[in-house]
Amino acid sequence: MKSHTLSVLVENRAGVLSRVAGMFSRRGFNIESLAVGPCEEPNMSRITIVVNGDDGVVEQVMKQTNKLIDVIKVSDLTKRESVERELALIKVAAETGPSRAEILQIADIFRAQVVDVGSKTLVLQVTGDTSKIDALEKLLRQYGIKELVRTGKIALLRGPKTVKSSK
Amino acid sequence: MKTGARTLIEALQREGVDTIFGYPGGVVLPIYDELYDSSIRHILVRHEQAAAHAADGYARASGRVGVCLATSGPGACNLVTGIATAYMDSIPVVALTGQVPTGLLGNDAFQESDITGITMPVTKHNYLVKDAGDIDRVVQEAFYVARTGRPGPVLVDLPKDVSTGVVQEGRPVPEKVSLRGYQPTYQGHVRQIDKALDLIAGAARPLVYAGGGVILSGASAELLEFVETAAIPVTTTLMGLGAVPGDHPLNLGMLGMHGTQSANYAVTECDLLIAVGVRFDDRVTGKIETFAPNAAVIHIDIDPAEIGKNKAVDVPIVGDVKAVLQTFLRRMQKRGDTANWVARINAWKAQYPLGYCEDDHLRPQYVVEQLSDILKGEGIVVSEVGQNQMWTALYYCFKKPRTWITSGGLGTMGYGFPAAIGAHYARPDMPVVDVAGDGSFQMNIQELGTVAQYEIPVKVVILNNMYLGMVRQWQELFYDRRYSYTELPPVDFVKIANAYGVEGLRVDEKAGVREAIETALATDGPFVLDFRVEREENVFPMVPAGAAINEMIGVRQP
Repeated sequence: MKSHTLSVLVENRAGVLSRVAGMFSRRGFNIESLAVGPCEEPNMSRITIVVNGDDGVVEQVMKQTNKLIDVIKVSDLTKRESVERELALIKVAAETGPSRAEILQIADIFRAQVVDVGSKTLVLQVTGDTSKIDALEKLLRQYGIKELVRTGKIALLRGPKTVKSSK
Repeated sequence: MKTGARTLIEALQREGVDTIFGYPGGVVLPIYDELYDSSIRHILVRHEQAAAHAADGYARASGRVGVCLATSGPGACNLVTGIATAYMDSIPVVALTGQVPTGLLGNDAFQESDITGITMPVTKHNYLVKDAGDIDRVVQEAFYVARTGRPGPVLVDLPKDVSTGVVQEGRPVPEKVSLRGYQPTYQGHVRQIDKALDLIAGAARPLVYAGGGVILSGASAELLEFVETAAIPVTTTLMGLGAVPGDHPLNLGMLGMHGTQSANYAVTECDLLIAVGVRFDDRVTGKIETFAPNAAVIHIDIDPAEIGKNKAVDVPIVGDVKAVLQTFLRRMQKRGDTANWVARINAWKAQYPLGYCEDDHLRPQYVVEQLSDILKGEGIVVSEVGQNQMWTALYYCFKKPRTWITSGGLGTMGYGFPAAIGAHYARPDMPVVDVAGDGSFQMNIQELGTVAQYEIPVKVVILNNMYLGMVRQWQELFYDRRYSYTELPPVDFVKIANAYGVEGLRVDEKAGVREAIETALATDGPFVLDFRVEREENVFPMVPAGAAINEMIGVRQP
């Protein structure tokens, strides 16, 4: 069992996400993370889905996804060199001077940005792979995380290669 | 300028639609108004479920796309079982539904249901049309998607203001459908085909396992030529019956849970399994680990997702079965020596024929045998679901493709009678017989109204055992004969038929079976035959759930 990052190019139409997500749940495939948004082609969107499963399961996931009429292309980025990123916004308690200073120091080490400063809280923005964000979250927990939101993972192939509609 | 409804009718005509099965209602009034004087024939059913099954039966009998029409909300929801039935068996159906006006969508309006959401898991694709200007394109795409690749149902939802909306006349209709996310593969990969042919040439005990894909792709002639040229025995699934003549010397009959002993033994003993247009369904394989345990597997299917889904495959070939078999025939250079294997199979066939108690009781298998003997394969036989279906599959000799219509994947009781109506409109030249149980028939018995109104010459053969027979059989075998809610009180089906203006006959004696069937077939209109059969007859052979398919019960012992 391992995580696979799938890049799915779809028609930018109403209901496409629900077709993809519905097929996953109906066939018992687990989505670990999902991110969707417009891409370089005007009428297409790109969905990045992280699924967990052995090779047979992932092969079925890809084939079943490909069968959806609105899906243009499915690629498994895990098998190739790729860059993967997530973004998190973390609202952390920072009521005292010393803790505030420590948090800022941690943020600096993680190259997180402070995007909001309140009298009792700081909001940090951090990007990176899953483990980096997990590590930051763990460190900040001692100060009290008030709220946390993470995007799904997005990914691109390294180098000149692209995941394009070949059709 | 013309209305969306007018545009719809013209688009359907362009697709060659001659018959629609439907039921009117509020938001489809504009469409019905256009149908009123259109050249398309509309058959008014008595329940929308029957419209979907009739469209499905029409498609299975003809090979063309079947069309049904219902109003929004309850009308659309009533189609769902029929759509799911078509989906499971890969049947090309276009379901048209009315919808509340676009301005009320999502508003819980009167008779609103999110039918595109509801049918997403049971359609190949579906559309909610929000602009009358899209009707031409959507209808064209819907028919294209339904009938190409692995066929399946497509639903088109039409809000009332789209039907009444205006479309400019003379807008060009695209000549060809082009969908960048949908490009089925028809030609098999030649290198894979050659690899398969090498395995075939070297196999001592090859077996063809053929299914509904052969019927859908119209590949019966190619399949027959292939098995005859290569001298390979063939077994078919429930959906594949008729792909090869039932009385062909190389045909072993059906395999699986209620397969023949020889077919199931052959699967277990074969060293090469050539799976053609099948999906290794659990009712076929039994315990998957012990299915064809000694065999290399070649799998031909148009749907890549079916290959390797349930069973590991050695040579996958994605393509249309007909095209792939044609390439097989073109490139096949030598065949293996299968003489010993064929002899062994013939010995099994002789040793383990199908059989039942041939006393003077009226037994259901006898009724099916008589029907088979009278029709001689020259009719369309439809079934309901349960024992009636399995007895028909086992004891009727199907000789041609598209003469056997049954709900395989979904197993929908109540399917047969409306599907038979659809089959009649597809093939008015053929007698159409629905073999039913008393339970299944009562699930869509209201269609007696339809067959009476249009004088549809469908003959219903009820194998009436006053039980939900297949469930009772499982209760007898696996639940200590505790017949929990499976007994049905007697019903006078002849009287019910008569009340609708349909002729009927009740038969209690074995001696009256043949004459009754002949009388029904000789009658011009619809006919209901109520055979009061032996009540606790079972369907054998049978593979208990989860067992290997060579571990059958109710069989002659080896």
